[in-house]
Amino acid sequence: MMLIVLGVFVCGTIWTVLFSFTNIKILPIFTPKEWIDGFVGLANYRRLFNTDRWMSCPAITHIGMADWRFTCTGALPNMVTYAVLSIAIAVSLGFLLAVLMDQKIRAEGVFRTIYLYPFALSFVVTGHVWAWIMSPEYGLQASMRQLGWDSFSFGWIADRKMVMYAIVIAGIWQGTGFVMALMLAGLRGIDEDIWKASKVDGIPAWRTYIQIVIPMMKPVLVTIFVIVTSGAVRIYDLVVAITDGGPGISSDVPSRYIYQNFSANLGQSLSASTVMLVAMAIVLIPWIRMEFGKKSQA
Amino acid sequence: MTNAASFATTPSGAKPKPFITWERFVVYAVLIVCALFFLLPLYIMIMTSFKSMAEVQSGNIFVPTLHPTFDAWSKAWDSACTGLYCEGIKVGFWNSVKITVPSTIVSIAVASVTGYSLANWPFKFSEVFFTILLLGSFIPYVVMIYPLVIITRELGIFSTLWAVILVHTIFGLPIQTLLFRNYFASLPQELFKAARVDGAGYWGIFFRIFVPMSVPIFTVSVILQVTGIWNDFLFGVIYAGPTNYPMTVQLNNIVNSSMGGKAYNVDMAATILTGIVPLTIYFVSGKYFVRGIAAGAVKG
Amino acid sequence: MHSVSVQNLSLKFGAAEVLKNLNLDVEEGEFIVLLGPSGCGKSTLLNCLAGLLELSEGQIHIKGKNVTWAEPSERGIGMVFQSYALYPQMTVRGNLSFGLKIAKLPKEEIEKRVQRASEILQIGPLLDRKPGALSGGQRQRVAIGRALVRDVDVFLFDEPLSNLDAKLRSELRVELKRLHNRLKNTMIYVTHDQIEALTLADRIAIMRGGIIQQLDAPQTIYNRPSNLFVAGFIGSPAMNFIKGTTVGGGKAFKFGDVTLNLVGYEGGAIMDRPKAIIGLRPEHLAIVDEAVPGLTIPAVVEIDEPMGADSLVWLEAEGKQISVRVPVEHRPVAGTKVHLKVDIAKSSLFDETSELRI
Repeated sequence: MMLIVLGVFVCGTIWTVLFSFTNIKILPIFTPKEWIDGFVGLANYRRLFNTDRWMSCPAITHIGMADWRFTCTGALPNMVTYAVLSIAIAVSLGFLLAVLMDQKIRAEGVFRTIYLYPFALSFVVTGHVWAWIMSPEYGLQASMRQLGWDSFSFGWIADRKMVMYAIVIAGIWQGTGFVMALMLAGLRGIDEDIWKASKVDGIPAWRTYIQIVIPMMKPVLVTIFVIVTSGAVRIYDLVVAITDGGPGISSDVPSRYIYQNFSANLGQSLSASTVMLVAMAIVLIPWIRMEFGKKSQA
Repeated sequence: MTNAASFATTPSGAKPKPFITWERFVVYAVLIVCALFFLLPLYIMIMTSFKSMAEVQSGNIFVPTLHPTFDAWSKAWDSACTGLYCEGIKVGFWNSVKITVPSTIVSIAVASVTGYSLANWPFKFSEVFFTILLLGSFIPYVVMIYPLVIITRELGIFSTLWAVILVHTIFGLPIQTLLFRNYFASLPQELFKAARVDGAGYWGIFFRIFVPMSVPIFTVSVILQVTGIWNDFLFGVIYAGPTNYPMTVQLNNIVNSSMGGKAYNVDMAATILTGIVPLTIYFVSGKYFVRGIAAGAVKG
Repeated sequence: MHSVSVQNLSLKFGAAEVLKNLNLDVEEGEFIVLLGPSGCGKSTLLNCLAGLLELSEGQIHIKGKNVTWAEPSERGIGMVFQSYALYPQMTVRGNLSFGLKIAKLPKEEIEKRVQRASEILQIGPLLDRKPGALSGGQRQRVAIGRALVRDVDVFLFDEPLSNLDAKLRSELRVELKRLHNRLKNTMIYVTHDQIEALTLADRIAIMRGGIIQQLDAPQTIYNRPSNLFVAGFIGSPAMNFIKGTTVGGGKAFKFGDVTLNLVGYEGGAIMDRPKAIIGLRPEHLAIVDEAVPGLTIPAVVEIDEPMGADSLVWLEAEGKQISVRVPVEHRPVAGTKVHLKVDIAKSSLFDETSELRI
């Protein structure tokens, strides 16, 4: 049973990667003959990156952190936007909450339960709740205006430029509690004596956090980074539930692109899958080496 | 202390503290504001589901319902339309049950035995095996989707419940096996040796010694599998076929089918119903949930 | 002026009283060891002195200054922890100087102090390494250095040697004693290891249940334990206790058929007590062949445990197990009938009801 499963994993991945270099269309069996007959080299990749829906960077010459988002559109840049923002916000908010939770507060269990429950929900559920809240028709915008705040405007999910940020909000609502829980476990794992020593040394608490505790939590932080990033790379259900890629295709993401191309444009799908595999590998391999490399050597 | 007066004014006993310092105030204020942010969607979800459609359209999402009604709930469960038919989300609920139960049982059964073998009965290629497992738990699903379509089609089960069950079982195995292997490897080796000296065999040791000691890890992996499978959307869409769509997919279809305008109250009731199984697991299992989810968060 | 003075200190966690009305005066330059089983409150007391725990009642003075409400860093103390508590991502030099930098000391002064500490502790070559690259003994030296650079009068040690292996522990024990001789600081040292306590301390405070049971010089504690707990806790192998009665107006101790003459006992008024206990250390008993009325206990040799130079012989007398320490070459053969000679001047008598020394 396990051997079959492993076979599926290994062969499946290899097939996908190999046949991303072919022009086969639909219903292949993935035989060597098909591969030789259909081999087209990097043509799929060339086409993929020339497809606006995947990635369009008219101003790619002045890549800068600040305006990258605005000059590039398409599924891949959308994913990068989502990944960068959700990591930045979920990690900083999660850390803040964890630090506050660590101040010997009352009702810690209640707060923890509240912050973490969204993580139990699926992305589809999360997405539909937020789609409802953010819907301009009856949601937050309408309600605020009804309460007398006429200029209040919150129509992000209908705005091509802002829609990804709307998805980020739902994403951090779902995932921040989890980051908080991991961070809190990390904070609690720090030797009590370190805190005592820093008090005897007269180091203010905030400096102890920044200069001593955060560096000590590096393994936890790396793990969190990997988990959040790999989640962001795979983002699919959340987008489907909130906008289904809309308005137009302005919130399309790689997984959705791949899935939609399976029937009509298999080569594109396979090559896009391979791109994701590579993206994931870039994030994961250093981490795996760090986490598990030590043990297997020992 | 030279005299009584100076003794009275020198610090003695616990340091006097004001009832609440401004630092404490800030801490609680931030925690409470964040808690409101996290609770707000739940509140809105519940309130909307108890409103009538007229109240939704005229009212305000923040305002509690004045005329609570279960109409939206019964409609969501029993008669909401998905675009194909109008039987409500109960179809999806039972499909999800039919998918989740067998794939959880099979994957945990296989994974626990495999993990036990990897940890205690090293064989020739166990290291290679382990490495592949590790990589397997991280491979993005999209890479495997098409090959699995081919495989299930060749097996003649594509677009059936069996296909989703098979796919969930396959994808659950690597991470589950890792979980069990690491747990079994952390148990004292002497236990295993003592059992062998006492004459217990492969299965005897597993069932009589390891399984009874492993209730926590079984709990963790059941939570991980059940919530993971219940919350899945992608595999359901691809492999199950329209009549077997799990709850998440049904929910999406109900919300997106716009026959006769959007019924937000029904949508929210259906949303709550979909979320209720994992939420219940979360509230009941507490710390095991965090452990299970932490283990599962890295998978493909 | 006392170096450290604790007055009526109590500490409560909710309903539990962890420290009960403690009083402790430590002289300038004294080495005090707080000794006791785990949970006795010794570390808690140390944390109160450091200001890491807030006391419920009482006062603490350090160098004549009332520091009851002062922050840990303002108390003029340095502290060394069991787990070393070194900042892992900083070099040894960084660990030593971090607190001083926060206190905004001039650069030259910091450099001077680090230099001095590294000379005293011989950690000069390690200054640019990180704690992860050091051995346990080296780490503990750096931890001591961190207390040293603070240039304080009082050092607090919280089980500093417990994480080290036996050999290193005895090496560092000697080094600590040397350090104390050189620096002449006041040191307050928490441990559960009685060897450390007996070798290092000027005075030992034995604690149990949040109360100091006895505070005395090591020899006094060893020879004149003030109660049954102290008597049983100090000494390895442990003291033999025999239950009996004192008779004849306190002239004799009787158990079973044996009567011991108490003339020469150093202690208070014995009187006739229906319930008394005599405590005899294994090394204060001798195995003799001839019975001497009033001075010996007849016994039968059961087994012996040779321990290198000495042997611990277990005998049975009046249905009780008694251990005796003899030079290994004088081990008796198992089964022999012998007599145990008691040195009354070195024995301890306790009242069984009050558990106090008579």
